[in-house]
Amino acid sequence: MSERILTCSAALAEALHEEMRRDESIFILGEDLVAHGGVFGQFKGIPEAFPGRIIDSPISETGIAGCGVGAAMTGMRPFIDFHFSDFLTCGMDELCNQAAKIRYMSGGQVKLPMVVWCPDGAGLRAAAQHSQSLEAWFVHTPGLKVVVPSEPADVKGLIKAAIWDDNPVMFFQHKKLFAKEGPVPEEEYVIELGRAAVKKEGRDVSLLCYGAAYYLCLEAASTLREDAIDAEIVDLRTLKPLDMDTVARSIRKTHRAVIVHEACLTGGFGAELAARIQDELFDELDAPVKRVGAKDVPIPFSPSMEDFVLPSVADVLEAARAVTYR
Amino acid sequence: MSSDKQTLLEIYRTMVTVRRFETMAGEYFAAGQIPGFIHLSIGQEGSSVGVCSCLRKDDYVVTTHRGHGHMIAKGADLKRMTAELFGKKTGYCKGKGGSMHIADFSIGILGANGVVAGGLPIITGAGLSIKLRKTDQVAVAFFGDGAANRGPVHEAMNMAAIWKLPVLFVCENNQYASTTPMHYACSAGDLYTRAAAYDMPGEKINGNDVLAVREATASAVARARAGEGPTFLENVTYRLKGHYEGDPQKYRTTEEIEIWRQKDPIEHFGRMLAQKKYLTKKHAAQIREAVQAELSEALAFAQNSPFPEPGDAMADLYSNP
Repeated sequence: MSERILTCSAALAEALHEEMRRDESIFILGEDLVAHGGVFGQFKGIPEAFPGRIIDSPISETGIAGCGVGAAMTGMRPFIDFHFSDFLTCGMDELCNQAAKIRYMSGGQVKLPMVVWCPDGAGLRAAAQHSQSLEAWFVHTPGLKVVVPSEPADVKGLIKAAIWDDNPVMFFQHKKLFAKEGPVPEEEYVIELGRAAVKKEGRDVSLLCYGAAYYLCLEAASTLREDAIDAEIVDLRTLKPLDMDTVARSIRKTHRAVIVHEACLTGGFGAELAARIQDELFDELDAPVKRVGAKDVPIPFSPSMEDFVLPSVADVLEAARAVTYR
Repeated sequence: MSSDKQTLLEIYRTMVTVRRFETMAGEYFAAGQIPGFIHLSIGQEGSSVGVCSCLRKDDYVVTTHRGHGHMIAKGADLKRMTAELFGKKTGYCKGKGGSMHIADFSIGILGANGVVAGGLPIITGAGLSIKLRKTDQVAVAFFGDGAANRGPVHEAMNMAAIWKLPVLFVCENNQYASTTPMHYACSAGDLYTRAAAYDMPGEKINGNDVLAVREATASAVARARAGEGPTFLENVTYRLKGHYEGDPQKYRTTEEIEIWRQKDPIEHFGRMLAQKKYLTKKHAAQIREAVQAELSEALAFAQNSPFPEPGDAMADLYSNP
């Protein structure tokens, strides 16, 4: 497969171009989309290529989310842009009480093919209301699927699967990764939801991660190599459904696990994953499962404090050394 | 809009069906055969039937926790509705929804809703979908005076207005949001005046006059189908029963209820049909009997249907897991 280098933003835009050309029922709804192709340039070229199918909404997150539900139930495939994932709080009823439950409550009468696309994450000095990682809330809501990609190729393949999924899919992309570059296949492809990827093979410890934390693990793994610790990196990519098989395969090999995410630690996805690992793989473990996440405070504004609160490469190294007893 | 004898008698029959269905539901709830809680719309049939009498099968409706009337008037199957109330496997939602979540997507009923005002952003989305698909369907949201005070109503109405969506916002002002009187909770008194803020036509209608409701709805539907945008209808009515079955109703007087009982929409319409010589006492009795027979059949279907297997709870969550 031939490849070229794209940013995460360009990978997303390319996927949308390809799928919107393929199917007229796909449309994009959100705030500030048309003038600049999205606040992060994530919809570059789409307003020109698909006039009328990328729609600027008033600042009405409740309405936007509800419109997604209503349109999905009546024959469309809405792609809802949530501007900043922090504003999901303004659409929680529509997402968690309506989108997640309507199919179930109606006894399976209807499909809700809907992507809720959410730029998330910290590190931009954007303070507490523009920096969160809220994926665990939605993992905790039966009826939703949750995807958190890291590399451009994952963004492209997973967004296509999300668009074609007949269920509401929460799709979180880290704001700091929009400009991140990586190889993306020239040919069209789809990455099935619920498939983790072993991004680096290793023998000594499994670094289980997703989203921006993948890059922390990548950096940590190369430092660990200097200490003769051979880390394996499992990028979960989809949190719900979760690819527990790939996680288990990795742990059966390394017998040690460190879970890394940018979201704050308490009640985070790491807690769920750690519980499942101890339940299903207890006898495989040679050390307790360690978790690395942000400290349990809102994200502070000032750089010195924000950097302190967020998980760092050093935190990953410390956890990896602890579970390998080095 | 047709108003021939046949059409009017069908409307009357539908109103009687809604009333008898809900009366029956109340009885079987009291007898402990219907689990949970139910909210009856007895007294509000002029609005539900009047509005739905102007809709096509492919038009969309979202309704509320008080939605039996809208569903029956839109053409829902009485057997599957009754079975759902009883929590049976043969119900509309296979027992997963109950009274508050009945839906029939095959006839455009996008669902009742347990969240007050929950349906309004959804109906705006259905309206947007209609516009994008370029059909001439319309989308109707029923909601109450209580819902009118929730934020989603504002967002849904504003969006429908700026995009000129084919939506009807039908507020059934039944005077009480659960226990809270409308005149206490609604700052401006009337609700229809709020439509002006969205540059949307708004009209106050005697919701107990099914023909007045029908006339206002027909022109709003025509506007919507012609691409002229949404309309706000405030159907002023009254629920003759409590907020839920078993409601002690300490928030209102029996005198007040009696005043509204005198304005019963079915009796009012029946008298009008009698004056026009469209309906004799004998014919009215025949209609009641025919409706009763249909309901008895629905009741027997529900009672004889099995409960879901406990494990059925795990099905229907995702369309592809």
